[in-house]
Amino acid sequence: MSEPLFEFLCRMGDNTLVLGHRVSEWCGVAPVLEEDIALANTALDLIGQTTLWLNLAGAVEGKGRDADALAFRRDVWEFRNVLLVEQLNGDFGQTMMRQFLFDLWHKGMLIALQGSSHDQIAAIAEKSLKEVTYHLERTTDTVIGLGDGTDESHNRMQKALDRLYPFVGEMFVSDDVDAAMVAESIAPDPADLRPVFDARLDEVLSDATLVRPTSDFAHKGGKSGQRHSEHLGHMLSQMQWLQRAYPDATW
Amino acid sequence: MSSPESGSYDATEAAPHGKPRATEWPLWEVFIRGQHGLSHRHVGSLHAADAESAIKNARDVYTRRNEGVSIWVVEAAAIAASSPEEKGPLYEPSNDKVYRHPTFFDIPDDVGAM
Repeated sequence: MSEPLFEFLCRMGDNTLVLGHRVSEWCGVAPVLEEDIALANTALDLIGQTTLWLNLAGAVEGKGRDADALAFRRDVWEFRNVLLVEQLNGDFGQTMMRQFLFDLWHKGMLIALQGSSHDQIAAIAEKSLKEVTYHLERTTDTVIGLGDGTDESHNRMQKALDRLYPFVGEMFVSDDVDAAMVAESIAPDPADLRPVFDARLDEVLSDATLVRPTSDFAHKGGKSGQRHSEHLGHMLSQMQWLQRAYPDATW
Repeated sequence: MSSPESGSYDATEAAPHGKPRATEWPLWEVFIRGQHGLSHRHVGSLHAADAESAIKNARDVYTRRNEGVSIWVVEAAAIAASSPEEKGPLYEPSNDKVYRHPTFFDIPDDVGAM
């Protein structure tokens, strides 16, 4: 394991990078124009946050890598995002459910990070929180609207929840990196974020007439980098293609 | 919109566009008050399922570059608009009555925008 702070920053940055890229895949093909633009805005917010996290990660590492080098020159096993964000977009409902589950975790994490002992982390969290608060508002409304909508939309949302719920647990698993962050008051213990997450999730799912899966089985291996799903490699081959083929290409 | 020449609303009698399809969200007109604006201005329209999501969509479609501090949305069907064909009777009679315009006064700077 490399330096814990570097690891932690890569986790934050890789979550927003991978999800931002996934969401950007909707550009031009979303079900309606308004959602298309909203999804593109969300993707841009996330990529903007990625730049902040990964530039800081590069500075902490001290080997001259910036956000671009970290985003485009690492291979799958060096990525530290949770498995949830690399899952395929699926239909619009699945994308919204994935976004909602992530936003809900993300908001809790950023609120805690605002009180970080690390000034730059606290500043990034404060800036990101404004964006993420809006993301969560939007996805909450959409999950409720579609869940409590027609039979078809309800069934699709329930299917999306059943499919994605096994990826929720990983966001709250604590490991050595987290323990090191807690010891220096840099970041919260992810496990401590779970009760607030659960309470809000239950409220929203109840409004959405959706049933929370009973099994707490959780896929793991994303944030540790030990076992990403096959989807990430395919995504990276698209995302990194240009920098791999033409290193340091500029406009 | 400030003048009848600039277009008509979908949902008025003057411009029948037929009923929206059952699967189509209603049309909303969007009004935004800018950073230094005194009043809300019409900026465009969009589709949304309800008023709340119309405001969210307006936020995403029209205010991403810091344009606004306040958003109004109104369902296009709820707007009553004058008909372009009645332009003559409605507006032309005022053309030759210059005394209706307060153009003969010097307005003191202290008054500000009017």
